[in-house]
Amino acid sequence: MKILVCISNVPDTTTKITFTDNNTQFNTNGVQFILNPYDEIALSRAIELVEGGKGTVTAINVGEVNTEATIRKALAIGADDAVRVNAKPHDAWFVACQVAQYAKQNAFDLILTGRESIDYNGSKVAGMLGELLDIPSVSIIKKLDVEGDKGTVEREIEGGKEVLVIPFPFVAGTAEGVAEPKIPNMRGIMSARTKPLNVIDAVEVKTFSEIISYETPAPRGQVKLVQADESGKLITLLHTEARVI
Amino acid sequence: MSVLIYTENAEGKFKKSIFEAVSYARAIADQANTSLVAISIGNVNADQLSALGKYGADKVLNVSNDKLKNFINQAYASVIAEAAKKENANIVVLSNSFSGRGLAPRIGAKLEAGVADGAVSLPEISGDKFTVKKTAFSGKAFATVQLTSPNKVIALTPNSYQVVEKQAAGKVEDFTVENKESDFKAMIKEIVRSTDKVSLPDAEIVVSGGRGLKGPENWGMIEELANLLGAATACSKPVSDAGWRPHSEHVGQTGIAVSPNLYIAIGISGAIQHLAGISSSKVIVVINKDPEAPFFKVADYGIVGDAFEVVPKLITAVKEYKASA
Repeated sequence: MKILVCISNVPDTTTKITFTDNNTQFNTNGVQFILNPYDEIALSRAIELVEGGKGTVTAINVGEVNTEATIRKALAIGADDAVRVNAKPHDAWFVACQVAQYAKQNAFDLILTGRESIDYNGSKVAGMLGELLDIPSVSIIKKLDVEGDKGTVEREIEGGKEVLVIPFPFVAGTAEGVAEPKIPNMRGIMSARTKPLNVIDAVEVKTFSEIISYETPAPRGQVKLVQADESGKLITLLHTEARVI
Repeated sequence: MSVLIYTENAEGKFKKSIFEAVSYARAIADQANTSLVAISIGNVNADQLSALGKYGADKVLNVSNDKLKNFINQAYASVIAEAAKKENANIVVLSNSFSGRGLAPRIGAKLEAGVADGAVSLPEISGDKFTVKKTAFSGKAFATVQLTSPNKVIALTPNSYQVVEKQAAGKVEDFTVENKESDFKAMIKEIVRSTDKVSLPDAEIVVSGGRGLKGPENWGMIEELANLLGAATACSKPVSDAGWRPHSEHVGQTGIAVSPNLYIAIGISGAIQHLAGISSSKVIVVINKDPEAPFFKVADYGIVGDAFEVVPKLITAVKEYKASA
C-alpha cells in the first residue's frame, strides 16, 4: 500500500494573528510555524496503516525552502520519504494541481490531507485532488480503516455520521478521531536527517483566486457582569436586551 | 447568466442554513440582475421544493432518482456542475456544511471556478472585480478573496446571513443528468443521524462546557440547560481529549468553528485556540469562577461564580421564563 500525505506549514495554534502592509500581508514576524495539526493526524494514521512493512508513506508539501523544518518533522514522525514542490502555495487550486501532477506520476492507493489547514481553513485540496484525478474524495472523516484494496471511512455529518466503503484509490481529509498524533522519538529525529527529501519544480497553473486583504474581528464592548447570586437575571438580559432567546 | 443554489436536504428536509443560503444567493442574483435557480438532489416532496420560492428561487430543479437518494460527493458534484452549465449559471452557491465542503472544491475544479469557502457576507462586485469576505486563521481573522475566474463557487458559513422571506412560489422542474459509472465508486454502508439533538455547526444557541466542570458525570446540567434553550452542546479541547465528550463537540481552532447567536461558555478559561472557534458568535456569555479568566475579555455578559451554583439557577430562570412566555 502506497500512501501520500499532503502536509502544510502553518502558524502555531497559539499565534496572535496580525497583518502588515495596510492589512494585505500576514505578519510572520515572531511567528512559529508548525505541521498543520490535521495533517499530523493524517500522517499518524498513514504510518499506523503501513506498520509492519505493509507499505510506504510519502509526505508532500508545496512550499518554499522555509517549510523544510516542517517536512523534516513529518519524516521524524515516520514518513518514509518526502517531496517538496518548490513554489509558494498560491491557493488551494494551485496546491491541488501540484499534488495531482505528482500523484499521476507515482500511483498511490490512498491520498490523505488534513480536513483543512488552520490558516486558510478551505477544506478544498482533498476535493480538488479527487476531481483532478477523477477518484472519490471524502472531505471530513473521523475514522479510517483499510482492508484489502478498500478503505472504510466514517464521515461527519450534521448531527451524526455516515460510514462509507471506498475502493482504492481515493482521497480523504482527516479530522480528530482518525488517530492520536504521533510524537517523534529520538531515533525518528535522527533518521529524519537522512531520509530522502526530493525537491521538484512546480507545474504552471492558472489560478482563480487571490487574497487581497485581511481584517481581524471587531473588538467587543465591555463585559456586563451579573452577580452570581442573581444568576437568573442573565436570562432576562438575554431575552430583553441581547434578544437572543 | 444566472445564479445556481444547491439546496442540501437532511432526511428529505431543508434546514434553516439552507434558507439562509437561498436568501443569500437571491441577493447575489439581484446584485447581478439575474435569476436564481435552485437544485435539490434526493427525495424532497413537492411542497418543500416549491416553498424554496419563498426565499427567492425563481425555479427549482428537482433531481430525484434512486441512485442519487443519498449523498455521494462525486456524483452530486457532477450533477450540480452539469446543472450550472445547462442553466448558464456562472455563480454556484452552497452552504458550507460538511457535505458542502466536499462539494465546493469538486464543483470548482469542474467549472474552473475560483472557490470562496466559508463566506460571511455578500460579495462586492464592481466592474470585473468580484470579492468575498471569508473566515481565515480558524476564526481569528477574515480574508477578502478576489475570485478572478468567470465562474465562481461560494460556500456560505451557516448563521452568517439572515433568512429573507418573500411572497412567491418557485416553479419546480424535474432535472436529470447521466452520471458516469465512476461517480458511484464510494458506497454508503450506514447513516446514523440523531434527529432529537440540535446539530452543533448550525445551532443558533450553543452551551459549552470546559474543564471547570470537573468530570463527564457533571454534564447533566449542561444538557438540561441546552435542552431548555433548544441549544447544541459543545466542549473545549481538554474535555474531548480527556474523553469526557466526543470529538464532534470540540469547538476551537482544531475542532469545529461555530457562529451561533448565543454562545454560553461554562468553566472554560478561554485559551486563544478556543476563542478562535467561537469569535464570530453574536453574543458570548461566560461563566467562570476565576475573575481573571481570559474569556471575560471577549464576553458580552459574564458571571463570576461556581458553575455548580450558577447553572442550576440559570435552569430555574429559563424554566420560569418559558412558563411566563
